[in-house]
Amino acid sequence: MRRLPYEGVAVAVPVTVPYRRYSTHGAHWFVGAAMDALVERSGIQKDRIDGLTVSSFSLVPDTAVGVTQHLGVSPRWLDHIPTGGASGVMALRRAARAVQAGDADIVACIGADANHVESFRLMLGGFSHFARDASYPYGSGGPNSIFAFITAHYMRTYGATREDFGRICVAQRANALRNPNALFKVPLTMAQYLDARPIADPIHLFDCVMPCAGADAFLVMREERARDLGLPHVLVRGAIERHNAYADDPVLLRGGWLVDRDDLYAQAGVRPADIDFVQTYDDYPVVVMLQFEDLGFCEKGEAKEFVRTRTLTHDGEFPNNTSGGQLSAGQAGCAGGFLGMVEAIRQLSGEAGERAVKDARLGLVSGFGMVTYDRCLCTGAVILERASR
Amino acid sequence: MTMPLMKPRRKNPVLRTRQMNLPPFARGRTALGMTAAAAEGRFELQVCGRCRAVQYPPRDACHRCLSPRLKWTPQDGRGELLSETVLHHSNDPFYRERLPWRLGLVKLDAGPVVIVHLHGDLPSPVPRSGGHVPPPVRVHVGARLDRAGAAVLIGFPPEESEHMADDRMLREMTSDPKYRKILVTDGKSEVGQAIVKALVKAGADIVWVGHAEPWKKLPGFDDITELPQVTLVPLDVTNGRSVTELAGEIGGKVDIVVNTAEIHRTYGIAARRGTDVARHEMDVNYFGLLRLAQEFGPALKARSADGVTHAAAWVNLLSIYALANYPPHGTFSASKAAAHSLAQCLRAEMRPAGIRVINVFPGPIEDEWNQNLPPPKVAPAALATAIVKALKEGIEDVYPGDVAQEWLERWRENPKVLERELSSGT
Repeated sequence: MRRLPYEGVAVAVPVTVPYRRYSTHGAHWFVGAAMDALVERSGIQKDRIDGLTVSSFSLVPDTAVGVTQHLGVSPRWLDHIPTGGASGVMALRRAARAVQAGDADIVACIGADANHVESFRLMLGGFSHFARDASYPYGSGGPNSIFAFITAHYMRTYGATREDFGRICVAQRANALRNPNALFKVPLTMAQYLDARPIADPIHLFDCVMPCAGADAFLVMREERARDLGLPHVLVRGAIERHNAYADDPVLLRGGWLVDRDDLYAQAGVRPADIDFVQTYDDYPVVVMLQFEDLGFCEKGEAKEFVRTRTLTHDGEFPNNTSGGQLSAGQAGCAGGFLGMVEAIRQLSGEAGERAVKDARLGLVSGFGMVTYDRCLCTGAVILERASR
Repeated sequence: MTMPLMKPRRKNPVLRTRQMNLPPFARGRTALGMTAAAAEGRFELQVCGRCRAVQYPPRDACHRCLSPRLKWTPQDGRGELLSETVLHHSNDPFYRERLPWRLGLVKLDAGPVVIVHLHGDLPSPVPRSGGHVPPPVRVHVGARLDRAGAAVLIGFPPEESEHMADDRMLREMTSDPKYRKILVTDGKSEVGQAIVKALVKAGADIVWVGHAEPWKKLPGFDDITELPQVTLVPLDVTNGRSVTELAGEIGGKVDIVVNTAEIHRTYGIAARRGTDVARHEMDVNYFGLLRLAQEFGPALKARSADGVTHAAAWVNLLSIYALANYPPHGTFSASKAAAHSLAQCLRAEMRPAGIRVINVFPGPIEDEWNQNLPPPKVAPAALATAIVKALKEGIEDVYPGDVAQEWLERWRENPKVLERELSSGT
């Protein structure tokens, strides 16, 4: 059976609780601040938000349930999606279905995390059963060591070089300089990128994201509702997700996007060439290359030529991660899973300021999350379209 | 090729001795199956009883057919090195103190992909920038207990090389006698002599050899005392003061304790009157261990991260009779069962410092007190070889000899059946 289209779903009110490297606040503080900003910016009463989905790694032992009492809300639809880099796409997909079905009128989707000095280290060893048993005891490098394996194997298989990865990182830093919320505020040159200290060969400092505290959030509702409320919004044209794809591949060289991408573009009735910008998940630059390939912007193994022949900045031929991405804005809110989503909404609803992609109509947001052992398990992507004025 | 380990220089007594930070040791209950096998020197993974798929990481349902019947099964460990990394950063204090640290990603021929600590002799499969793509690298994966006593996988070169045991990473996993200072608590017995010789041959720096009764001359002992590495020390494990005095003298230098002191008499309950013999067995075999552990244990723990020849291990000479009573040697069996239980306690108390407690469970040894037993019996030299191997390969439980192996198997299959067999003299 063909899946129902995502017709008539609007996404609006992208908010960001400013990122900071460390904060003594807990996750509930950031969830509350995001909800407060949603209410404030939308003008919608708190009580009228009848759906809630929360993505966070640091609410433990609470889940979204605990958040309802904490914030004094009484939703009739609730979800908890702590799936890291895939959480933004997954939250949007589920919320979209809820409003289509009438299970909720207005869904608040929130990705929020605290970051104390010890947070990241404490999370790593207990991140998953498999990580505890089979990856963390090996050097305790966290995702750096896993993506070092993947990056090295990608380099061995397809001949990509550190310069190729550097092009992605350098371009994103240029974008970040036009994002007031980005934590990195100085330019990055290719020489600086290449000379950075090694972290886990071949991964060096500027290939790694910086975990930070912060939150991103948005509202999902029916298109008419957004119009009635006078909210600038964007429309969902297609969405996919996939988990544990290609489990027999010995090393991750392709992600689940490849399984579902034809479906994604068919839902939207567009081709990759029609997309005006992409917000890829960028925990490491090799992952950005995988997305360029698996989402159909170039062939497998050709992302290196792709990045050599295109400008990736917001004003370039192929705008990628126009906020600076996690690599330059910081990784907040459930492993940065919402960063690309709020940026895409801003780009398509005229809120992107001096980093706006000119005449952008279609944007693609991609998610990638959860390294439980030797690879990332969750992939997802969504195509958003500017609403006609 | 691994460079041979050089004998470390004398330590600077002004500097603080580095304290141990264990590598991450949390494991789920299922994953501890790998530790149980590695403790005996085997590399085992779960194999599905229904579809034969080999599983990793350890799990509770077959990833292919969902069967819950997953059985730990020995693996040959052959595979290909797909990727590698050298960590220059770690989130864990143990590794932070030991950077850079090399890791590999291996596709086992048996199926699973495993993350391993990588031996330095293996070439890299990853091209250096601008260089050609190196050929595929074959690996031999084995399981070892790490300093926390948890099993980890290690990628070895398929071919052995001369100094491969000196690899920096491997040296962190094992208790290799090379350049270490070792106390053998009784060096007079045939077993004690064989162990002293084997430790000297394995490159021990100093072997302190305890002798309880200096007046007693035993054959072969002069050969031991003539070895330049050997120093005789007075030690009577039944005498608390003797143990305390020796610990005061050498406790701060000992890297490995090998407790060979034992008294072995035949008979069970009815063949003797009174408790004197049984009491003596307990005094040496059980209380002797307790006295030694109280005096030398803390000293070892304090030096467990003290350079490349840090304090590393404690070896207990137990007996396979510790698992199930052998009625013809009934009181001896009981004293070894008590010692075994205490050794488990010692292991638990030494683990936070990363000191390996190795329990050795031989069957009957070819010595005077087993004179009446029929073969096969373990030769003292074979027992010594097994102990050195355990130190070198990070093994925790050793069952040397055919008799011990068979008893162990019978005991594991059904301890009650074994008890009945032993009581009827089979």
